[in-house]
Amino acid sequence: MAKKHEFGLLIDYEYCTGCYTCQVACAQEHGWPAGMGGIRVSEIVQKLPKGKYYLTYLPFPTELCILCKPRTKKGLEPACVKHCMAGCMKYGPVEELAKEMTKKARTVLWVPR
Amino acid sequence: MNNQGSHIVKTTTWSPGPGCHGGCGVLAHIKDGKLVKIEGDPDHPMNQGRLCARALAMTQYVDHPDRLRYPVKRTGKRGEGKWLRITWAEAFDLIEEKMNTIREEHGPESMVFNVGTGRDIYAWICMLAYAYGSPNVMFGLSGQACYGPRLSAVITVQGDFAVFDAAQWFPDRYMDPRYTPPECMIIWGYNIHATCPDNQFGHWIVDLMKKGTKIICIDPRLSWFASRSKHHLRLRPGTDSALVMGFLNVIINQDLHDKKFLERWTNGAHLIREDTGKLLREDDLTDTGSHGNFAAWDAENDRTVIWESADVAYRDSQASPALSGQWEVVLTNGDTVRCHTAWDEFCREVDTYPLDRVEAITGVPAKNIRAAAELYAKSKPASIHWGVAVDMTPALTPLVTGITALWALTGNLDIPGGNVFARFAFDVVSYALPGTTGPIRLKTKEMDKPRIGADRFMPLNKFYWRCQTDVTLDQIFTEKPYPIKGMWIQTAGIMQGLGMDPKRWKKALEKLDFVVAVDLFHTPTTQYADVVLPAGTFLEKDSFRSWWVPLQSINKAMTVDECLPDVEINFELAKRFDPEYGYETIYDLYDDILKPSGMTFKELQEKGWAYPPEGSSSCPYRRHEKGLLRPDKKPGFRTQTGLFELYSTLREEWDLEPVPHHEEPPFTPVSRPDLAKDYPLILSTGRRSPAFFHSEHRNIPWLREIDPDPLVEIHPDTAASHGIGNGEWMWIENWMGRARYKAKLTPVVPEWMIMASHGWWFPEKEAAEPSLYGVWESNINQLIPMNHHGKDGQGAPIKHSMCKIYKCSPEEVNHG
Repeated sequence: MAKKHEFGLLIDYEYCTGCYTCQVACAQEHGWPAGMGGIRVSEIVQKLPKGKYYLTYLPFPTELCILCKPRTKKGLEPACVKHCMAGCMKYGPVEELAKEMTKKARTVLWVPR
Repeated sequence: MNNQGSHIVKTTTWSPGPGCHGGCGVLAHIKDGKLVKIEGDPDHPMNQGRLCARALAMTQYVDHPDRLRYPVKRTGKRGEGKWLRITWAEAFDLIEEKMNTIREEHGPESMVFNVGTGRDIYAWICMLAYAYGSPNVMFGLSGQACYGPRLSAVITVQGDFAVFDAAQWFPDRYMDPRYTPPECMIIWGYNIHATCPDNQFGHWIVDLMKKGTKIICIDPRLSWFASRSKHHLRLRPGTDSALVMGFLNVIINQDLHDKKFLERWTNGAHLIREDTGKLLREDDLTDTGSHGNFAAWDAENDRTVIWESADVAYRDSQASPALSGQWEVVLTNGDTVRCHTAWDEFCREVDTYPLDRVEAITGVPAKNIRAAAELYAKSKPASIHWGVAVDMTPALTPLVTGITALWALTGNLDIPGGNVFARFAFDVVSYALPGTTGPIRLKTKEMDKPRIGADRFMPLNKFYWRCQTDVTLDQIFTEKPYPIKGMWIQTAGIMQGLGMDPKRWKKALEKLDFVVAVDLFHTPTTQYADVVLPAGTFLEKDSFRSWWVPLQSINKAMTVDECLPDVEINFELAKRFDPEYGYETIYDLYDDILKPSGMTFKELQEKGWAYPPEGSSSCPYRRHEKGLLRPDKKPGFRTQTGLFELYSTLREEWDLEPVPHHEEPPFTPVSRPDLAKDYPLILSTGRRSPAFFHSEHRNIPWLREIDPDPLVEIHPDTAASHGIGNGEWMWIENWMGRARYKAKLTPVVPEWMIMASHGWWFPEKEAAEPSLYGVWESNINQLIPMNHHGKDGQGAPIKHSMCKIYKCSPEEVNHG
């Protein structure tokens, strides 16, 4: 029996620069009007010791993310992954992506709805 | 044609649309003549399939309901927003008639041609201006303070510009065996977020970071780079030049510089007379000597030796010129003068910047400056990339030449992974940036004489082919030495974007007899035009791009109603204004410009892009060693001496300081403590948004939702002490005026400064005066003056002024 949630998105948030390409790529692919979309980027500014800060951007798949099924069925990457300027997003089977995570810190694995 | 009935056009981005300096390969999906989708071209070496938010929003752009779709002429008063549709023939006839009247009555120089930043317009606006006969092509920033000044400063001492190396010269990019990534990279005043990195691709730096490149970040803001940097030097805005002197101080005094480069390729050994403080020239030594030749001290033989500039060599090839020391030299008139070397002069200036002094000026701890300078100097290779912050200060040339000296003295010039000479691909020049001339030029040198400011500002006289913006604005009012009667404004927003003191620009436009605007949408600026012409996006034109490598074609994918590409509009008028204009079609012109590449436009289109081969002047590396830079093919640089000039011969001739140094900008707490009492915060401007290109894209829904409001970044503690909460509206005010911004509380800015975004107007608001799309509400340029440009006519204090802030009253929040 096929696994229900077989695929996911691996985000390397060390390298996400907050360019918002994924948001617009998604809107274009699926025709979402402004205000809706399958992925949203958050900005997090974390204070560190010695007066330092760490600035993180994190793409987050929303309730509207279908992992670009019409594209992936054709062997294409999801629109956000394809266009990501920083190359910090990866689509694939959850198990494979989870293995990759063990080799790279500052990653997060999303399994959207 | 695919199964959805659409076909794909491969093309290259540049300006109208994404707005940027372009170069990315895209696939435009066209169905029934409409753009249904756009994506990054995975085969294109520049972006490798990636694409930015602005380019991906093109479907909302090309078919936007507000796009100008046919020519219009003004029927009401300027600013009333009343327009009448006319045909192209009527528009061209009207423009021809009005501009001919100006030319006949006042001379062609009375028309100014205003252009926006970095667009596929420069060549074509010059084509029109020059065919008409005017030398006055104007970039609207005070002191032309973006990119051009930086180029011109680098060219002054180095002959050719240089950029960071991300293997962009090779089709296989990082895989090319000639390439090595930098071990360390300095990001100087530049925020990758918005990816308009002066014709580079910002995320190449992310590619390099993944390959191990360490980052040094020089920025008062905590940028994304800064938070991932090995060293973040958080300097006070406007003190970059003190910091670069600190870097040079560490590198030279710790002996970390590249002595071979210093000896072989710089004019460090050339002698300076202590009586005049100027370079010793051959005509000082003998009556028949050349003023263009210089002298060094041959320590072996205890005598002077002549540097033959034209030969790029010492007259006595066996001489061993000393880099340091003092000697007595007998002049042709019999006088004896003491001389020291240019290198000693350079070091003497550098030594006036011990790190405790640099710390006091910049606010950056001395130990951090030392650590960063050591990392940069010890990393081999290492590179520097800089943003517009270096242009947006009046003393940009002393700053930029200091940074240029950094990459030269560390041996990082034109080596793999260093700072690499940037030349137009195949030396195809359409867009004549400072330092180059292309086939598009005025018919005679005489016609260039009235160019505004070229008589006073020598870089403009020598290699920067624009008029001086501040002087031009003054001249519109004074009409001295000749009146300005008309302006051609092409995809430029002098009121909402480029113009400092924008209300003065509005008055200037009101004063003119005839104004044409060419744009894709109505803007606050178009409201002052007599005729507005609809331009096409990059998808609607055939063109090409040689800035820098590769050479690329831009291929027409579609048309939109009556919109025409800028080049076609200008070409038609160029032919009307110059009956002898030498080309039948734009394609004849393209073929002529492309000649150095050995390709016709059609051949280039078939290839899509082309890379200059090894051995050509637009292919790295070590071109100064190989004789690939100079027209005479001799090893060396395209400077007066043929050397990298640590001590600038041109600047000396222009009576400007020949070596890098710091000058405190005009409006800082240090230079104006009197103003600091009322305006205690440092105001920096130009906060970049990835959603917008300057004043564009506020009307594109997918982009506007990313950054819906004019934001100012303010430190939470500073906001708290002013009773301002996150997301609340506040005023930024100084002696010039005020602007209303929404507070974004964030520690990415220090407590002592705020960072305001620029280019704000509101396309959703009323066009007619007094609203003018709300252009006076949140226009930070209202707080920045004109006429504080640098001594060489370049650079302006745009990123460092002073202000106070206070919360908007409830009525002010609801208004508008």
